[in-house]
Amino acid sequence: MPHTLSLADIPIGASVRIAEILTPGNNRRRLLDLGLVPGARVEIIRRSPSGNPTAYLIKGAVIALRNENAAQIMVDTN
Amino acid sequence: MAINTTLLSESTENSPDKQNNFVIALAGNPNVGKSTVFNRLTGLKQHTGNWPGKTVIKAEGTFSHRNRHYTLVDLPGTYSLHTSSSDEEVARDFICFSRPDITLVVCDATCLERNLNLVLQILEITDRVLVCVNLLDEAERKGIHVDIAMLARQLGIPAVGTAARSGRGLESLKNVLDDMLAGKIAIRPRQLVYDPELERSINKIEKRLAPYLPAWINSRWVALRVLERDFSILEHISNHKNNDFPRQVLKEEVALCLP
Ligand SMILES: Nc1nc2c(ncn2[C@@H]2O[C@H](COP(=O)(O)OP(=O)(O)O)[C@@H](O)[C@H]2O)c(=O)[nH]1
Ligand SMILES: [Mg+2]
Repeated sequence: MPHTLSLADIPIGASVRIAEILTPGNNRRRLLDLGLVPGARVEIIRRSPSGNPTAYLIKGAVIALRNENAAQIMVDTN
Repeated sequence: MAINTTLLSESTENSPDKQNNFVIALAGNPNVGKSTVFNRLTGLKQHTGNWPGKTVIKAEGTFSHRNRHYTLVDLPGTYSLHTSSSDEEVARDFICFSRPDITLVVCDATCLERNLNLVLQILEITDRVLVCVNLLDEAERKGIHVDIAMLARQLGIPAVGTAARSGRGLESLKNVLDDMLAGKIAIRPRQLVYDPELERSINKIEKRLAPYLPAWINSRWVALRVLERDFSILEHISNHKNNDFPRQVLKEEVALCLP
C-alpha cells in the first residue's frame, strides 16, 4: 500500500517513522545526511508563525525543513 | 638573536622542520563542542590562517605536546561533506586538498549515530582520523553509556572520550595524537561496501581515473563523487594540481562509465 501521509501533514507534538523519501538527486542526498533515513523516528517540534519552515527532532538534533521538502517525505504514524 | 626570534615565531607554520610540525583538522557536526575542544587544546591562541583554496578558514591555533608542534584548524560544523553548502565545501576541500596530518572528528556522545555519518564520509577520504566522543558528561547525565573501545574497534581507527568543557579526556586525546603520529596505533579503517552493482561502477570509474590522479588522493573517493555526478571534484583536482590534468578528456571518458 502506498504511503499517503507526508511529514508536512503531521501535527505539532506527533512522532512518526520515515517510510520513504520521494525527493530525487542531490536534495535526496542532503535529506539523508540530515538523518532522514527510512525507519528513523521524527518528532514535530514547532512550526514558524508563517507555517514554514517546521522544526523536527531527528536522531537527537533539531532540523528545520521547508514544507515543500517535508511533503516529499512519506511517513508511518505508528 | 634576531634571527632566532624569527625562527621561533615561525616555527609552527612555515618552518622547514616539517618533521616536528603537524596540522590537525577539527571536523564535526554543528554544536558538538568543536570550538570548546579547540580552545582547550590551544588555550585560545588563535590567528587567522590562509590555506590554499578560495576560502579563508577562521579559527586556527597552535599547541605543543611531547615535543611535537601542532597547528589546529577549526573547520565549519557540517552534517556531511557533500558540498551542498559552502561550509561543507570548505570542510571537504581542507580535508582532501590541504591534507592535514590527522583529522580529528568531534562527535556528540548524546546522539552518536547522527555523528557517525560524517565520520564514515571522512574515512572515505582519508584514514588518518581520530574520533573524539565529546559531551560524555551530558551523555552520562542522560544515562547513555558509550563503549569507546568498541567504537574504535568497529571503526578501525582510534577513539577518545572527552568532556571538553571541564577538560576531561583532553590529555589522553593529545597522547593519542602523538601515538598516531609515532605510528604506534594500528589503523584499519572500516570501508563502506556498496551494492555489487554500485561497486562495479565505482571500480570501473576508479580504473579510468587513477592514472590521471595525484598519488595522494583517494581514487575510490573521487570515483564515488563522479558517480554522484559531482564533476566539480575534477575541476578542483585540476586547479590544485595546476598542470596538464586533462579534465575534459577525463570527463568524457568517465561519462562513458556512468550507469
Ligand atoms: N556539558 C558539556 N558541554 C559542552 C562540552 N563541550 C562543549 N560544550 C558546550 O556545548 C556548547 C557548544 O559548544 P561549541 O564548542 O561552541 O560547539 P561547536 O559548534 O561544535 O563549536 C557550548 O555551550 C559549550 O560550552 C562538554 O564536553 N560537556
Ligand atoms: Mg564552533
